[in-house]
Amino acid sequence: MIDWLTPRASSFAGDIDWLFALILGFVGFWFVVAEVVLFSFLFKFRRRRNARARYVTGTLKTEKRWISVPHVLIILCDVVIIAATLSVWAAVKQSFPPAQEKVRIVAQQWAWTFVHPGPDGALDTADDVTTIDELHVKTDTTYHFELTAKDVLHSFSVPAFRLKQDAVPGRVITGWFKPTTPGQYDVQCAEICGIGHGLMPARITVETKEQHDQWLRRAAAPAGGLVATGPGGTPWR
Amino acid sequence: MALTVDAEHTVPARRRGAPASHDGHRGAPAAHGGHHGPTSFWSTYVFSTDHKVIGLQYMFTGMVMALIGGFMAYAFRMQLAFPDQPVPGFGLVTPNVYNSLVTNHGAIMIFWVAMPMLIAGFGNFLIPLMIGCDDMVFPRLNRLSYQLFFVSAIVLLASFVVPGGGFGGAWTSYPPLSSSGTFNHTPWGAPLWLAAVAIEFIAFLLGGINFITTAMNARAPGMRMWDIPMVVWMIVIASILFMASAGPLIAGAIMLLLDQVAGTHFFTPAAGGDPLLWQHLFWFFGHPEVYVVLLPAMGIVAEVITVHARKKLFAYKTILYTTAGTAAFSFVVWAHHQFVAGIDPRMANLFTITTLLISIPIGEMLFCYIATLWGGSIEFKTSMLFGVAFLAEFLLGGVTGIFLGASAVDVYLHDTYFVVAHFHYTFVPIAIIAVFAGIYHWYPKMFGRLMDETLGKIHFWGTIIGFNTIFLPLFVTGAAGDHRRIYSYQHFQQLATDGLQSLRVVATVGMLIMLLAQTAFIVNFVRSLVRGAPAAANPWRANTLEWAAPSPPPHGNFAEMPTVYRGPYEYSVPGRTEDYWPQNVPA
Ligand code: HEM
Ligand SMILES: [Cu+2]
Ligand SMILES: [Cu+2]
Repeated sequence: MIDWLTPRASSFAGDIDWLFALILGFVGFWFVVAEVVLFSFLFKFRRRRNARARYVTGTLKTEKRWISVPHVLIILCDVVIIAATLSVWAAVKQSFPPAQEKVRIVAQQWAWTFVHPGPDGALDTADDVTTIDELHVKTDTTYHFELTAKDVLHSFSVPAFRLKQDAVPGRVITGWFKPTTPGQYDVQCAEICGIGHGLMPARITVETKEQHDQWLRRAAAPAGGLVATGPGGTPWR
Repeated sequence: MALTVDAEHTVPARRRGAPASHDGHRGAPAAHGGHHGPTSFWSTYVFSTDHKVIGLQYMFTGMVMALIGGFMAYAFRMQLAFPDQPVPGFGLVTPNVYNSLVTNHGAIMIFWVAMPMLIAGFGNFLIPLMIGCDDMVFPRLNRLSYQLFFVSAIVLLASFVVPGGGFGGAWTSYPPLSSSGTFNHTPWGAPLWLAAVAIEFIAFLLGGINFITTAMNARAPGMRMWDIPMVVWMIVIASILFMASAGPLIAGAIMLLLDQVAGTHFFTPAAGGDPLLWQHLFWFFGHPEVYVVLLPAMGIVAEVITVHARKKLFAYKTILYTTAGTAAFSFVVWAHHQFVAGIDPRMANLFTITTLLISIPIGEMLFCYIATLWGGSIEFKTSMLFGVAFLAEFLLGGVTGIFLGASAVDVYLHDTYFVVAHFHYTFVPIAIIAVFAGIYHWYPKMFGRLMDETLGKIHFWGTIIGFNTIFLPLFVTGAAGDHRRIYSYQHFQQLATDGLQSLRVVATVGMLIMLLAQTAFIVNFVRSLVRGAPAAANPWRANTLEWAAPSPPPHGNFAEMPTVYRGPYEYSVPGRTEDYWPQNVPA
């Protein structure tokens, strides 16, 4: 359902969309039932001449059933939703598949710095590729990211990945994603971070392994590191 | 049959006698200078200790603040629909102006509208009248509470015009952004904003003590626990909730203020502090706060729907127990606001479970309300329209909360417009719809005149249509990835689409409709003050004690202090000719 609105480009996006649809099924049902009952009461029991309201206390067993039966059913729905949520959460945020690649993400007022390991595949070596507001990743590869912030809170959010993680100064928070669909996607900052909070868009480019290697070689070539400028600040229209 | 349940209610002999404190209180002239009532304008309307005057002072202040907060929403919604065009009547909304507008809109609506209207306004006006006593037990504390509240509003308004402008770090005020002028660029605005919130809290702590003590000690003879009208219970429980949750936040606010102005580093990681600590303190207060404003609104709706459906409240005690359960539970769900904030991911599981479980008592409460309408004889006065609209709209706010309480979905939806839409479907029913239900219902008591029903209905439909037109589209833009607190989406390729932009425009049109509809209310309110038909003491043929007092009640409230003989909701009792049975009428 969410994929009608924004594309899916990571391995767990489908799980999150599925959970959204599951919850929509349950709560949608209850919402419709409650509204239909409410409006039918309003219609059926609107004031008519000479009609007197009934005297109902809601304390008799037969009356209480109208509350206690839905009550039990809601508990059952809750249990199903909780179980589904915990399993998706565990897969997204708790247990990570082993890393095939690493990237470092540093947020600051008001830009993103991305450090890609160069052709040697390791961070903190001479061939690291550092970019501003532009992250390049390859498909079907499990990435672990190290996320931190320099000044205030920020949040690394990639809607197409269904991924969001706050960046906290003084901490390095690790997370993972596995891109699936090539394309260019928005990165937003999801935690208010000052005047330029709306002005720190970045782009994430998901490309095939060959394209990615090509890009890396080009980027790493000149002087061991390159600063590419992304779309930051340029309106799209 | 069902009548047997309440048979004992009609036997005064079995009831508790007059509580000593009730009489004791009445006999304490020091508290408010006897019952002669003040005479000059200043002592009657400005420095009064009369609970009704103080309640109305809170309400008028709340209404003025609501207009200011609404004007801010106008400015930033216009910017979102028509980016970077000067907003008529306001000017250009630059990114920092935008942040400041959003921050203060949120803070004003919660702290200077919802709280004063629901707790302090209705609480002050209604509690003594509904429990049948002449005033609050601490009238001067009450006056001090309003005065502090007034000061806090002035401090807040002052924070917009200081050098650097108003604070723009969101109403949640997360450090380190909020704690340092180098980061937020509002070195004056931020501490003033925080000071305003802190003063406001002190005002409400004073008020809370008063509400709880008054409701527990000054009830009319014969009014037992189960005879207390639901709205009084709800305000009392909300006050307990507020007082129990505000402590950590006040401590946190002092630490934050020290970080801002005295160079401490409680929340600065560079110097060993921890920014997440603030989030825990804030939300430990912040989530219960949602129920602090919800409960009085539910209470108002209980009074309104029983009167206008001529029905006994369905399962009074069940509602009360679920309320107490919800209130207690609301202390253990706070971290659902922090799923992706960097907390231990295992902890999120705990909060997912508690958050989903809290849906049970809340759902049960709503079911009881809907069941109350069954078998009724419903008259759709304006207050009743607002009362049932509360139920219809709040349901959507409630069910959308489940998506956000499920941690794995919140990863995606957190801080998007889906959240904004969700909480407006809770807060607007609470702070706007239920408040209007209450105003239309009690206006005759407050001012002794009836409001105009036609204008009332225009106001109702304008508000409801406007409200849904604003926030239904925002669920969609949120699910499509619009993050909140962003001054313009033109910088994001996936979001700068015509489809999403037209939804944003629709939402803004809804805002214009909703704001415009309020003129019908203002006209009605002011015109009825002078030209409304005079109201009898009990125009709705209601049971609770406030209707036994004259409209408007004089200083000291009742000509003759009432005695209570039964519960508040004995409507349509079989065997009686009249379909209501006031609490104070002997059997
Ligand atoms: C005229 C009616 C209203 C409109 C059009 C409106 C619109 C909005 C919008 C669009 C935002 C999000 C802005 C952003 O994140 O960029 C917002 C935030 C907020 N609103 Fe409203 N709102 C209205 C009434 C209310 C009411 C009645 C309340 C509460 C009683 C309320 C409480 C809040 C809060 C707490 C925030 C969050 C502020 C923050 O992000 O720091 N609003 N409003
Ligand atoms: Cu930001
Ligand atoms: Cu909460």
